[in-house]
Amino acid sequence: MTEPTNRGESNDDGDRTPDQIDGVTATDLEPERESVSGPSLRQARIRKLGLTMSAPVAAFIFALVVVAIVIIASGFNIGAVLDSVNQTMSRGRNIVELINRTGMYYISALAVAVGFRMNLFNIGVEGQYRLAALVAAYVGASVNNLPAVLHILVMIVTASITGAIWAGIAGILKVTRGVSEVISTIMLNAIAAALIGFLLRDGGWSPDPGGRKPFTETIDQSGWFPDLNKIVNPILDALGFDPPPPSTKTYGFIVIALLLGVVYAFLLKRTRFGFDLRASGQNPTAAAASGVSAKKMTIYAMFISGGIAGLVGMAELLGGNQHNFSETFLSGFGFIGIAVALLGRNSPVGMFFAAIVWAFLDVATRGFQIIGISNKLASIMQAVVLFAVVIAYTVVSRRAKEAEARSVAANTPAHPAEIPDGGPPSTDSTSEEAADVEQPHQRTTDSDSGEGTR
Amino acid sequence: MRRQRGIRGGAVIASLLAGALVLGGCGSSSNDKSSSESGNSSGVKVGVAFDVGGRGDKSFNDSASTGIDKAVKDFGLAKPTELSGKPDETDADKEDRLRQLADGGATAIICVGFSYAPALEVVAPDYPDVKFEILDNGTVKADNVAGYTFKDNENAYLVGTLAALASKTGTIGFVGGVNETLINNFEVGFDAGAKAAKSDIVIEKQYLTEAGDYSGYSSPDKGKIAAEGIYDKGADIIYAAAGLSNNGVFEAAAEKKKFAIGTDSDQYLTADPSYKEQIIGSALKRLDTAAYKFIESVKDDKFKPGNFSLGLKEDGVDYVINNAEIKSAVGAKVDEAKKSIVDGDVKVPSKS
Repeated sequence: MTEPTNRGESNDDGDRTPDQIDGVTATDLEPERESVSGPSLRQARIRKLGLTMSAPVAAFIFALVVVAIVIIASGFNIGAVLDSVNQTMSRGRNIVELINRTGMYYISALAVAVGFRMNLFNIGVEGQYRLAALVAAYVGASVNNLPAVLHILVMIVTASITGAIWAGIAGILKVTRGVSEVISTIMLNAIAAALIGFLLRDGGWSPDPGGRKPFTETIDQSGWFPDLNKIVNPILDALGFDPPPPSTKTYGFIVIALLLGVVYAFLLKRTRFGFDLRASGQNPTAAAASGVSAKKMTIYAMFISGGIAGLVGMAELLGGNQHNFSETFLSGFGFIGIAVALLGRNSPVGMFFAAIVWAFLDVATRGFQIIGISNKLASIMQAVVLFAVVIAYTVVSRRAKEAEARSVAANTPAHPAEIPDGGPPSTDSTSEEAADVEQPHQRTTDSDSGEGTR
Repeated sequence: MRRQRGIRGGAVIASLLAGALVLGGCGSSSNDKSSSESGNSSGVKVGVAFDVGGRGDKSFNDSASTGIDKAVKDFGLAKPTELSGKPDETDADKEDRLRQLADGGATAIICVGFSYAPALEVVAPDYPDVKFEILDNGTVKADNVAGYTFKDNENAYLVGTLAALASKTGTIGFVGGVNETLINNFEVGFDAGAKAAKSDIVIEKQYLTEAGDYSGYSSPDKGKIAAEGIYDKGADIIYAAAGLSNNGVFEAAAEKKKFAIGTDSDQYLTADPSYKEQIIGSALKRLDTAAYKFIESVKDDKFKPGNFSLGLKEDGVDYVINNAEIKSAVGAKVDEAKKSIVDGDVKVPSKS
């Protein structure tokens, strides 16, 4: 439903030549459809909504069943496990950790999703954010005399640029030499890891390179991102959670994470650039035909993806207790971002909830070792949820497509003159552009099904 | 349509989560109180936060657990609460682990591994009545923290001497878990010891992962591949300093009919029979001594905060030769080297 509207808008603000725009805009289409065949189409939509709703529910039930089987098979009592989760989640500090992790996972997922939207698989978020955090920490500590806001801004911008450059290498390699970004970003992860070790230990970025744990100089307080303790702690208190210890901070940077989500949504859905990006991802041929340079979009997508990736570690660097980058700085969040983006279907809202789920599984299972369950169970649960959701979406979107095809077929007698025989029920992969020209009134259906297959 | 789907999916997840959170809020306080009350009554209660790999790694962590087990048995203490880390943890994860132990009533908490330092720095002041020990780190300064570091370069020097003298091919190898300063320190010691014993010795070195990726300590598969490569280059003895990954090195040694030297604990004693005979000796890091002494000091109320560096002289590190044939051939020479380090005649280069 959103698709046609967007197209209309992007045509409006875009500079496309008139012959590339078909005369019928989406806004013309919608009322017509409603008036002619409203009730039954609406029914179909409700049915489809039900089907899509059932995907995550089914996935979660399935995942819970699998996890329950694993727990029972390992000889544990489900009640004891639930009790442990209850106890863990009743502690305020764990809620704070849930919030902090959600923020960081969300940024990582956004970085991955920008690439996904253009069929680019940026596996290099891991290396991008770690390198970015190191450079930002180094730069931040060397400009310790700056005023607070500027100090923070300098580090954020540095991190973003570093991430963008590191990801951009993969983009440029792909465009100029045809190197798959999957391969190059994995390689760049390894290079980033080695580079970080080199800079810290041999490159003079650490004041104590011989120490057990080389780290950059400490960033002054002017570079610390304000925490949200004053807001979050009273809420936790009011909700009856055990108060978190004073050293536990709710990272203020999660606000930036949410802002990034809004920007991501806006960029993709409300701008010409976002439209071009999605078009290149979904149908490169059609996009190229309409004047979008796939090469340019690849470079842009990688730069933006890397630019967001650079911010993943900023919450911890600017808001954590360490105020420096050491070799034990958080790692692995880039790979989690891939999982969260998949789980959230690249949707800004979906990824947000996916990040919460992932963080919840991390945090809620913390007490398991006390009752003798391996802490690896959290990883099993995350994997099962991911699998279940991906599979359920595939099954449901196929169902939904079939249902839609049926309902469209049922509605065709309403305007037999417009549609030649055999035309209407076709929901197969006709390219969007072709559909626009030949069967303008069918476009909604076609673009929907195109989405469904992704 | 995709966006809508995301929202709906999200809504369901959210409601599930909300339910879980609400449930979490309900069953809270009663459980907490009972657990902390029961802990305080019975003298010393030991809590252990292991490093990645945990109890059963037959190397670093197990070196500590030997001492803990002995202390628990000797002093008749309650079974310690043990938690272990996983790769890719944040400091917050580690903080939580220490807090869980302290909240659970532990009065003597052992942090196995330097990676707990930032977490300990934050947690220790919140629990002034709990005594903490951190192994392999001396940077945490608090009234209730004792840090122990070990001169790993010294025992590595000795096994370097051992490897060089026992090698028949003139090539030996070194497999390090993670390319970080801690293991670099093993490497320089090993290097110096081998070259002091045989100046023309060839040493093939390999690290499994770069700093930041700590899977190098817990990936026997990576250890095996690295060791195979080094054996193929003509080495006949490899010194493995890679935690749990050492087991992969030993497997490779068994397949290639070559030898290996273990690290941190006497790995011959706990090794799988299929490769046991490949282990000619081990560089010992007496985490067990450090852990035992710490528990003892807390029991006797003689705990002293501060940083302690233990070398060959202080019995903090040592070595062992398990292969009788090699022991009779070169054992005396290695002992000689040990004596000259203890006496201060030889100064082993270090990275830390």
